[in-house]
Amino acid sequence: MKAGVITFPGSNCDDDVVDSLKRIGGFEVEKLWHKDTPNLDSFSLIVLPGGFSYGDYLRCGAMAARSPIMEKVIDFAHRGGFVLGICNGFQILCESGLLPGALVRNLNLNFICKDILVSVNDSDSPWTKMIEPHSHLRLPIAHGEGRYIIDEPGYEELVNNGQILFTYSENPNGSTHDIAGICNKTKNVFGLMPHPERATDLRSQDGMKIWNSLKSYLGCPS
Amino acid sequence: MSTKITDTSPSTLELAKLLGISGVEYQHVCQSLERVPNYAELSIFSAMFSEHCSYKSSKKFFKRFPTTGKRVLQGPGENAGILDIGLGWAVAFKMESHNHPSFIEPYQGAATGMGGILRDVFTMGARPIASMNALCFGTLDFERTSSIVKGVVKGIGDYGNCVGVPNIAGQTLFHSCYNRNPLVNAFTLGVVRSNEIYRGTAQGIGNAVVYLGAKTGRDGVHGATMASKEFSSEKELERPTVQVGDPFTEKLLLEATLEAMQKGLIVGIQDMGAAGLTSSSFEMAYRAKSGLEIDLDKIPTREPEMAAFELLLSESQERMLLVTQPEKVEALKGVFEKWDLHAEEIGKVVSGNRVKMLKGSQVVVDLPVELVTEPLMAERPSSPPVDLKQRWFLDRNRMLVAPLNAKFQSLMEELNFGNPEPLITQYDSMVGNRTVGGAQDDAGVIRVRDMGQDEVRLALKTDCNPRVSWLWPREGGRRAVAECAINLALKGAEPIGITDCLNFGSPENPEVMWQFSESIEGISESCEALKIPVISGNVSFYNDTDGKPIYPTPMIGMVGIIDDKLPLPKSNFYSTQLDLALIGPAEGGLGGSLMASSWFKRECGQPEETDLALLERMMKFLQRLRKKRISYGAHDISDGGLICSLLEMVFQSPHDCTGVELLVPSGVDLDRFLFGETIPRIVLAFDSVERGDIENLASQAGVAFTQLGQTNDSSQLVIRQGGAQILVSKIPDLKASWNQRWNKFFK
Repeated sequence: MKAGVITFPGSNCDDDVVDSLKRIGGFEVEKLWHKDTPNLDSFSLIVLPGGFSYGDYLRCGAMAARSPIMEKVIDFAHRGGFVLGICNGFQILCESGLLPGALVRNLNLNFICKDILVSVNDSDSPWTKMIEPHSHLRLPIAHGEGRYIIDEPGYEELVNNGQILFTYSENPNGSTHDIAGICNKTKNVFGLMPHPERATDLRSQDGMKIWNSLKSYLGCPS
Repeated sequence: MSTKITDTSPSTLELAKLLGISGVEYQHVCQSLERVPNYAELSIFSAMFSEHCSYKSSKKFFKRFPTTGKRVLQGPGENAGILDIGLGWAVAFKMESHNHPSFIEPYQGAATGMGGILRDVFTMGARPIASMNALCFGTLDFERTSSIVKGVVKGIGDYGNCVGVPNIAGQTLFHSCYNRNPLVNAFTLGVVRSNEIYRGTAQGIGNAVVYLGAKTGRDGVHGATMASKEFSSEKELERPTVQVGDPFTEKLLLEATLEAMQKGLIVGIQDMGAAGLTSSSFEMAYRAKSGLEIDLDKIPTREPEMAAFELLLSESQERMLLVTQPEKVEALKGVFEKWDLHAEEIGKVVSGNRVKMLKGSQVVVDLPVELVTEPLMAERPSSPPVDLKQRWFLDRNRMLVAPLNAKFQSLMEELNFGNPEPLITQYDSMVGNRTVGGAQDDAGVIRVRDMGQDEVRLALKTDCNPRVSWLWPREGGRRAVAECAINLALKGAEPIGITDCLNFGSPENPEVMWQFSESIEGISESCEALKIPVISGNVSFYNDTDGKPIYPTPMIGMVGIIDDKLPLPKSNFYSTQLDLALIGPAEGGLGGSLMASSWFKRECGQPEETDLALLERMMKFLQRLRKKRISYGAHDISDGGLICSLLEMVFQSPHDCTGVELLVPSGVDLDRFLFGETIPRIVLAFDSVERGDIENLASQAGVAFTQLGQTNDSSQLVIRQGGAQILVSKIPDLKASWNQRWNKFFK
């Protein structure tokens, strides 16, 4: 199984994701460069990592969503490829139209870094299939603009399609309906603000549950 | 300044004095040059002779520091010091101040401080993997304190978070002496292969000099000179000399530089920090014993028609100067273009010892390197304060007659006794996937996961106690090192080296010079006793406002190595059924304690001397506990004494109902037992079955073991003396006010 991790200018969790995927095992990891336009057919998973692409100087993720490689990623996703966006990666997914809604500044206007609990809303997805529904995961968050917003009809649609995978147990940033992570209708594109790659072996191992779900879905050797 | 002055105008003594150059220094320059320097050259001397760049008041004292050891690969004098951590790897670290800019413009001042220290580390070839911040702020009676705290914390956070270096530990304290002169000391540690260390040298005649990074603007011109002046109230309007940081560009610079190094495209490299192109070019030439020729017209500029002196002194951020072989320039530019950065060849390394700079085909600077980099040292008079005896008087009777509850309440209301969470949650403490523990803990712990299969864990800590330093500078220096060491030992780490950031008032004040030399003596005494080398450092003088110096603040940053794979010791009450013991003397000194300051509303009393031999024994004791795999929670006793230490351990307990029953041993002085702050003392919490083993180990190590009581599930703090309850307090109430205390800065 091949996983590609994209480096945008200002990505700072790309290396963390690579490190975690190596610790998790089962993936052959390749780093991808934002200016390239590689053929992604051989990849099982593309990860858009956290960080501050283009310094967040425009809207978060807005510039990165227009990188040359994103055309390939969008195409890959439309053909059913698995795409994971973490933190800034989630913002890029929203900006590129692969996921609905938007991420704006935290309600308290401050950056927030801490471990939080998320509730697993739906186990019927490749990303959560190994997780007990309504159980809690302890995951780190580290963001200044993680407040997910979406209009009411959009929210209804997310609910009806089972797209809201994670909600915060205690909302840290003011997200609409406590949303922490959502997937697209076909559930192959998943974006979340918490960092599962930081919770594989230090402090919390709960991030493993997400990786193991995906690995099991993909039939990855463990 | 008259507009008629140009770069090549001859200077005058009056002009020199305006730029902070003394008559003696100016005469020395003229004599050595056998001519009068022109204005551009004078600007160079102005920057390089400033206290900030020249260390002219402090340099001679550094000889006192122990700087050698088997791990030392690079001692003081480079951008950062380097220590071997084994397996072919090393760590580079340093701490730097950005005090003056942080008062003028807290957000940018703190942010650019972060930028500078990160560049100091990655120019050595090391990838920054952890930061710490030691912050000293004024008190709430000063109207700007809240906005300074808010701005500084946001500045540090926004910069470090964006670059992606976790902020894993630090110290925050408040005192009115910092009202108009906050201290922002930033520490960064990076990892590097021990055979791939880079240095700031311009080696190789004929090699190309390359300018890299952001364009040069007029920001920060004469910034180094500003950092060497006292603040008076009118000077608060000096905003244009503060630079603006761009962490995104920094991140690109970091990645591009490390990639170019990995590809062997760099010979020497230095950050353009204080005094910008001037210090980087002259210092690189100096280290290599070579000369340079630089064409100032080739410098990428942000503004048109910049004069040579502006190009030379600009402190625009995120710029580097590097030297490489001519045939590698194209490949080097290729790497930087990949990262959307601009590199420009601006000169070459030449033989001889002169730096020549051209502008519009005219030589505007032609100076011998040593004249610039070896400034005249200043002889500063030094004398102890006349009122030292008064400072050391502590009115013990006034404390003795006061009821315990009143003293306890007074301590519980101290601004310095607060939960740092509102600050530290604004810093990304986990990016990099290396953070094992920290932020709220005695020390931050990271794993170095960059070494392939092997991992090494490091513990990091900053510390200083300005109250003690003001009362007795030598003990202040001693204690700063000792406190770091005990905190690292609590995490199972062996200290391997320190960096220092020496924040003091004006060196022109004899009392300040006395404080300075005494602090260095104290730091050295501790380092010698514990065999810890000083590998890098920084001095910040002129931390005065309206003629009043800050308390001497010799901030120490210490790094330790954890040479086992055992779980980290806890520092909280992890269960409600633990036995408690005090390790070390049952009583501590009240001189310089937080309790004394809180009660008398001023610092008073003679601090008790740190027992360095006992400290060593205690560190051995902690090692043995760990080797025996005895699990425990341990926390050191410092600000606020035993009582605050116990409460911090309760507040960090995973159970809301945790309570403490504290037994006062017979025959102790209650104030000294509860509130004394002698170093080293620690609180140890453990399962009662371990008690025999722990007592044995303590007696073998030669450290006192005093039974203290138990934790329970009463959510109360109860102090008993001879069967009677002498104090009862509800822990949830204490915790709520501790939690709230520093929130007010961020409202």
